[in-house]
Amino acid sequence: MKIGVVTFPGTLDDVDASRAVTIGGNEAVALWHGDHDLKGVDAVVLPGGFSFGDYLRCGAISRFSPVMTEVIEAAHKGMPVLGICNGFQILTEAHLLPGALIRNDHRKFVCRDQKLRIENNATAWTSAYAKDQEITVVLKNGEGSYVADVETLDMLEGEGRVVARYLDVNPNGSLRDIAGITNERGNVVGLMPHPEHAVEELCGPGTEGLGFFTSLAASVFA
Amino acid sequence: MARVVVDVMLKPEILDPQGKAVHGALPRLGFSGVTDVRQGKRFELEVETADEATLAEIEKMAETLLANTVIEDFVVRVEDEASAK
Repeated sequence: MKIGVVTFPGTLDDVDASRAVTIGGNEAVALWHGDHDLKGVDAVVLPGGFSFGDYLRCGAISRFSPVMTEVIEAAHKGMPVLGICNGFQILTEAHLLPGALIRNDHRKFVCRDQKLRIENNATAWTSAYAKDQEITVVLKNGEGSYVADVETLDMLEGEGRVVARYLDVNPNGSLRDIAGITNERGNVVGLMPHPEHAVEELCGPGTEGLGFFTSLAASVFA
Repeated sequence: MARVVVDVMLKPEILDPQGKAVHGALPRLGFSGVTDVRQGKRFELEVETADEATLAEIEKMAETLLANTVIEDFVVRVEDEASAK
C-alpha cells in the first residue's frame, strides 16, 4: 500500500516514519503540507516534531495547512490516518479526534522507553497486535498530557476507543493513562508515543512499534 | 483605528502547569499572599472600526484559531481609544 507521510515546517520524524512505513512492507510517499494533493495514497501518517514551532498551540497552525483539507476529507471517508505525537496534536486540533494535549503535568520534557498496552486491536493501525498486548516504544514529548471532559473520557472507554494506555508510569499526566485513541470508525488513530522509533534492533528499545506499520497490509490481506 | 483584545484562558478544570510554575516561583522571590496563578494569552487585533460586524468576525476568528474551545475560554472586548494609542 502507498502510505503518505506529511512534512510540515518543523516536522522532525518524517524520515523515521517513512523508514518505518518501508520496513513495514508498504511504500512511503512524501507529502508536503503546502500541497492540496495526497498523490493517490491509501493512508496518511502525520509524524512527530514541532510543526510551525508549536506557535499558538501545538498543531494549531498545521491543522490549517493546505494538505489538511484533503486529509480531513479523506479521513471522513474512511482513509486510515495515524497521527504520532505532534500528529496526534494536529488531529485533535482538526477535531478528527476528541480532547486535547496540554503541557506535561511535571513541566519537563520527557524522553524514555515507555511500556504500553494495546487495548484496541481493531483499528486500521493496530490489527497486527493481539488485544492487550504489551509493547515498549519510545516516548518523547513536552506537551503530551491527554485531557478531555469526563463525558468524553467515559465515552472513549465505553466504546473501546482507547487504543493504547501507559503502563507502569504515567509519563505526562494524561487522564486515565491514555496514550492513544481512535475515532468512531477506527480509521483515525492518534498516539503520543513513537512506534516509528521502535522498528529496528539496531536502535531504540526493540521492534515492537512495527505493528503500527504492518497492520494496514494485514487488514487488507486478512 | 480601534484595538480589539481577545483574552484566552485555559478552562478552570484544565491543569495549568505554567501557572503552577509561576506560582511556585513567587514565594522563592519573597512575594507572598498569592494563592493561585493561571497563565493565559492576550491577542491585540488592530481593526479599522470595531463595529458589530467586525466583532462578530473576531468572535469567529477566536473560535476557529485563537482559542481551542475544547480546553480554553475566550473573551472579546474593544479597548478604549485612549489606551489603544
